[in-house]
Amino acid sequence: MTSMKPIYINGLGSVSPQDMANSSRFLSEVKRSQSNRLACIEPNYREFISPDILRRMGRLIKMGVASSRICLEDAGCMMPDAIITGTGLGCLEDTEKFLTTLVRNREELLTPTSFIQSTHNTVSAQIALLLKCHNYNFTYVHRGWSFESALIDSLIQLRNGQASTVLAGGMDELTNVSFAITQRLGHWRRKPVETLELLKSTDRGSIAGEGSAFFLLSSSQSPRSYAELAEVYTFNRKTSGKALQTILLDFLERSGIKPGDIDLAVCGINGDTSSARPYKELADNLKNAGIAAWKHLSGEYQTSSSFGLWMASMIMKHQLLPEVAVIRKSEERPFNTILLYNHYLDLNHSFILIRKP
Amino acid sequence: MPSRIFVTGLGFISGLGNNAQENLNSLLNLRSGIGRIRHIETSLRDELLVSEVRMASEELSCLAGVPSTEAYSRNTLLGIIAAKEAYRHASLGDHPGLRTGLISGTTVGGMDQCEKYYQDFLFNDSKNAFIDIYDCADSTEKIADHLGLKGFMTTISTACSSAANSIMFAARLMKAGKLDCAVAGGTESLTKFHLNGFNALKILDKQLCRPFDAGRNGINLGEGAAYLILETEEANEKTGNRVICELAGYGNACEAFHQTASSPDGTGAYLAMKKALEMSGKTPDAVDYINAHGTGTDNNDLSEGRAIENLFTGKIPWVSSTKPFTGHMTSAAGSAEAIISILGLVHGIVWPNMNFSNQMPELKFRPVTEMIRGANLNLVMSNSFGFGGNDSSLIFKKYGVH
Repeated sequence: MTSMKPIYINGLGSVSPQDMANSSRFLSEVKRSQSNRLACIEPNYREFISPDILRRMGRLIKMGVASSRICLEDAGCMMPDAIITGTGLGCLEDTEKFLTTLVRNREELLTPTSFIQSTHNTVSAQIALLLKCHNYNFTYVHRGWSFESALIDSLIQLRNGQASTVLAGGMDELTNVSFAITQRLGHWRRKPVETLELLKSTDRGSIAGEGSAFFLLSSSQSPRSYAELAEVYTFNRKTSGKALQTILLDFLERSGIKPGDIDLAVCGINGDTSSARPYKELADNLKNAGIAAWKHLSGEYQTSSSFGLWMASMIMKHQLLPEVAVIRKSEERPFNTILLYNHYLDLNHSFILIRKP
Repeated sequence: MPSRIFVTGLGFISGLGNNAQENLNSLLNLRSGIGRIRHIETSLRDELLVSEVRMASEELSCLAGVPSTEAYSRNTLLGIIAAKEAYRHASLGDHPGLRTGLISGTTVGGMDQCEKYYQDFLFNDSKNAFIDIYDCADSTEKIADHLGLKGFMTTISTACSSAANSIMFAARLMKAGKLDCAVAGGTESLTKFHLNGFNALKILDKQLCRPFDAGRNGINLGEGAAYLILETEEANEKTGNRVICELAGYGNACEAFHQTASSPDGTGAYLAMKKALEMSGKTPDAVDYINAHGTGTDNNDLSEGRAIENLFTGKIPWVSSTKPFTGHMTSAAGSAEAIISILGLVHGIVWPNMNFSNQMPELKFRPVTEMIRGANLNLVMSNSFGFGGNDSSLIFKKYGVH
């Protein structure tokens, strides 16, 4: 595996519940709230999209287009060889709009705009349309593996030379309706919780979130490279019939590294006590590594690992671990190898391994 | 790294039949699945023609081996039935040493239940079991459960090219050495949601669809599921499965023209077909038959027709759209038509483009209108194009031919 062609993260772009406008102040001023849901701080979309197009666009599409533009600019890439996205539920706002009209008006007086925008591949299609990019275009829609699938596809194409640059991203939006429904299912805290207290408190349920994060992946290193994207792996802990420790050690061995090489594990700890155990198991297996978390900053959603990877890439590039993300400190050491570990509802587990370029 | 991908199993349910053999029989007998709506509760019932799978969801539960009291979407039931057929066909379950993945395409997911119980979702707890099955991944997870697959799986949604893209991604995973075998395809049930969506777009023909006809007036929607078993050459040596054909090429491109319309010159279609052809290492004149996307809309057939003329500058291969048989199976269309193309390849049959009568003035070629038997087919192409200009093309090659 070590002989494999290295793939680099050369650009980042993100719209999230945190203020992304000034990336040089990397999470130094955290947006705090007292809530059980987090909404994105949306940029001024007019900087990225012309007003006549903007008017018709659904919210997730706007978030996706803006973050992809920020990413391409960050990487200095005009035209990627492929656009690959992952989304758990796609353009929910438009889907709900069409569905509500359908149900209320008993299949009468329907206009096609929200139907057109309801398909999950609308974000990647709109990015391509605005770039006039005729290249490969794919969208993965598998819950907590949506973004990871996009990364796996990207790595294959970059390694086999089909593409030398890939714009890969993950995005999901939270609507009032989806929040209300998932709240009733018990996914979220009953009572509002202070952002920075979420991971310390012991209670059932997480906080709902949303966001869009894009990565410009390339087979060539640049002075702007954030990290090397070494390996991505998805697994189901329950059906695999293996202990997390075994899965972890197998994964690290295949990636050519030892557990002691991991300097930092960035984990999807979400404040829900019933889903905390796998993260604890991982931490116990990586005694020398620091532990960091992101979901108190982004909220929980199917593609939140894209925010996690954004954060891990920033930590790697700036060699700076923001205090707000720290769960367990390790002895002072450079961040050369970072492991991202996430699971969604204990069904979709994933590892993303990045290294210092 | 493996370089050849073999097709060793097929599973297919559509308005034409509940398994691959029944589908083949209907095709051979020129029996279309398109007719009046029987199962979906919609006010468009008497207005539209569709190709519905003949069984009601309760009967499908029985066929899939699922208790009808459990929360399953029609989409998932169709997927389980077709994937199981393919999986048994290749008896992959007997080879635990091989890494088998599941790559499935769908777009509507559990919308059939969601549109029925949306009010309950919002206001009471009585239908909560149907909330969790709304998303696209649910069908894939349940199919994996039913097949006993524990390895890599994912779901692709690129609208009407989803299933073709699943086959493509499965092949890439196998060539990258990440999988030995794959169950790849797609599933899509008819829903009130997308019937009304396409209806609002005014691209549904109230009569039988007429692809590539000068008077064509839109789509008849269809439903079903279709899965292929793919094996690397190396895995095939272990399974000993009979090779049905070889997946010789695939290409994906984006029109980047309009969210739902195709460009007049068919840029995306042209690029997808060209990439697939380049990968197969063949020249255009080696393609014997194209199973066109051919939806029957004004826009698609003109755009695709021009793309075919632009790529096949010498002799144009036999072309037909088999959507007058199956209806447009949207996210399952890619794998359904891949199987129809493969059945033609194996049996030496060129499927007719039914309901055609008038030549399109813009095109030089006309589709095949009568079934051709005993055709010498070595290389067939299957096109699938989706919303967002997401265009894909697959090429299958007769096994043992160079």
